[in-house]
Amino acid sequence: MGFLGDPIKFIGDWLKSLIAPLNLPPVWETFLSTLTSVIAVASFGLLIVIFLIWVERKVAARFQDRLGPNRAGKYGLLQTFADMVKLITKEDTTPETADKVVFNIAPVLSVVSVLLIWAVVPFAPTWFGTDINVGVLYIAAVGSFGILSILMAGWSSNNKYALLGAFRAVAQLISYEVPMLIMLMVPVLLASSMGMVDIVARQDMWFIVVAPLAAVVFLISAIAEVGRTPFDLLEAESEIVAGFHTEYSGMKFGMFFAAEFLHIFTVGVLFAILFMGGWRGPGAEQFPLLGMVYLMAKSTVGYFIAIWMRSTLPRIRIDHMLAFNWKFLVPLSLAILIVTAILHKLFAATTLYIPAMLVGNLVIFLASLGALRAVAQRQRKQRKPFKKRPVAKAA
Amino acid sequence: MIPLSWYLILAAALFCIGFYGVLARRNAVVILMSVELMLNAVNINLVAFWRYLNPNDISGQVFAIIVFAVAAAEVAVGLALVISLYRNRKTISVDEVDLMKW
Amino acid sequence: MSTVQIVFLFVGFMILLAAWMMVSRSNLVHSALWLVVALFGVAVLFVLLEAGYLAVIQVLVYIGAIAILMIFAVMLTRGDVESLTHITNRYAGWAAVMGAFLLFGLVIVLGQWPAFQTTSPEAIESANPVLDLGMAFVSPDGFTVPFIVASVLLLAAFIGAIYAAFPRKKGE
Repeated sequence: MGFLGDPIKFIGDWLKSLIAPLNLPPVWETFLSTLTSVIAVASFGLLIVIFLIWVERKVAARFQDRLGPNRAGKYGLLQTFADMVKLITKEDTTPETADKVVFNIAPVLSVVSVLLIWAVVPFAPTWFGTDINVGVLYIAAVGSFGILSILMAGWSSNNKYALLGAFRAVAQLISYEVPMLIMLMVPVLLASSMGMVDIVARQDMWFIVVAPLAAVVFLISAIAEVGRTPFDLLEAESEIVAGFHTEYSGMKFGMFFAAEFLHIFTVGVLFAILFMGGWRGPGAEQFPLLGMVYLMAKSTVGYFIAIWMRSTLPRIRIDHMLAFNWKFLVPLSLAILIVTAILHKLFAATTLYIPAMLVGNLVIFLASLGALRAVAQRQRKQRKPFKKRPVAKAA
Repeated sequence: MIPLSWYLILAAALFCIGFYGVLARRNAVVILMSVELMLNAVNINLVAFWRYLNPNDISGQVFAIIVFAVAAAEVAVGLALVISLYRNRKTISVDEVDLMKW
Repeated sequence: MSTVQIVFLFVGFMILLAAWMMVSRSNLVHSALWLVVALFGVAVLFVLLEAGYLAVIQVLVYIGAIAILMIFAVMLTRGDVESLTHITNRYAGWAAVMGAFLLFGLVIVLGQWPAFQTTSPEAIESANPVLDLGMAFVSPDGFTVPFIVASVLLLAAFIGAIYAAFPRKKGE
């Protein structure tokens, strides 16, 4: 198979033939090849951000009936490069009273926490950084570095708005980690494996078909985990300046910015892998490149929904945010997990499997709607009747 | 490969640093952190014993996970007590919380 | 010296350095961050010991939850200046002596134990250790009861923590 069949393998073989004459010990060879693939995956992740920022600005512009960037390059494609030049040439300021070391580590950690997720993403049948047997848990684990970086940024800035943003961030991220983790368990349960490669391999039927509610709850809690509108309380401009990155400027701010955009796209990628069959599609086994195209195309679904929510919904209040999580999403996700587990055990490998799963999801959906309705009715009854009063008193 | 003794000595050293922290520091939060260090030293030992002496019996890992659960419970209760203490006495220095001492 | 040994020595040095910085810093947030470094080092050790599941759980539980709770507690109790200026109590010297003595004793006792000399571990036979671990927790002849007891302990601890930290009204 030539270059078009499996480019990664082709390039890998070519690189191996390059270092073969050096007669390096096998340890060094493994080290070099691992290093190369790490650099390749990380650069891919960082390069795709440049494109993603343009996509987001263009799509958000359409939602708001604007044109979006259209000056730099064709369709404004070079706008992000212009922004990058601006960010790099800006003065890099550090507050006098900041904790310098922690202040400088935080943005790096923020980017790293997102890039680490890409290590376990299966791009195509044979293309993945590594296939560890606890892939799904690994994703949750490296996410905790992101929380840590926000806390470090907020504290080290020595700025009350930054600290407020960090406090809000931790309250939000720790809360929404709970439903997200529970929903990560649904694909694990359906595929009976925690490895990302296995999860994709077992999706003869996309998991979004058998567990649609789980997919929706995962997407909502993952978007909250990234801290995007409507859950952008951690950097609410109108309330706390810019939250945890108030004091950052230049490329350090750029790193937080890039990490956020990459994170939301990573959520789309995870959504595609866990619920939409990853790289699977016609002809993907023969041509890995095609699998990669499928994965990227599917990932834009989650990304688009995130942009859609961002440009449609207003920011929610902090008590509503916490109540929505603890009183709605967590009980709902527990119910989904239990029902899915029972139905999977009862109906797996029978013809009734998909209908049974769908009926189970429908019952949970209707029950949660009913519960919401009952709560809302009770609240409406308890509310004191609105006292009529004149708008202006006649003198 | 790494000899088992290296793990055991490292765990012993980590345990002793945690031990010193528990005995010497005055701040209750740091004492809790030092307890975490000691629990981690125990975990290193448990997992090293599992790997080197009996890798085909999963019990070593099970013990380590029970230690995780206990550590999480300990931190939750400990920090709640620290916060409660700070709210009532405006200090978290363990030297000054001596009302019950005689 | 093999590559794994060099990695071990580096990680071990980092763990001990981070642990020492943690107990000796007066800035509590720095202490907590050093704790994160030490805990991450322990996760790396778990990887070296081929316990990948434990390594991931270590990062998830310790760094994702415990260390962040610690930093939170540090920030919520910032008004306590007294314990920042005098970081150690008057028995610190004795504590150091006892710690060194304990380390010395532990190494002596461990050195007399025959298994201390084990250098290379046997290969793991199981094809899927994570599956074995899961089965050990749910099979009746495994660790079901300890697992349930640990869950109940966690639940009780969290309810107790909420009760202890909940602000009470005056005179209650």
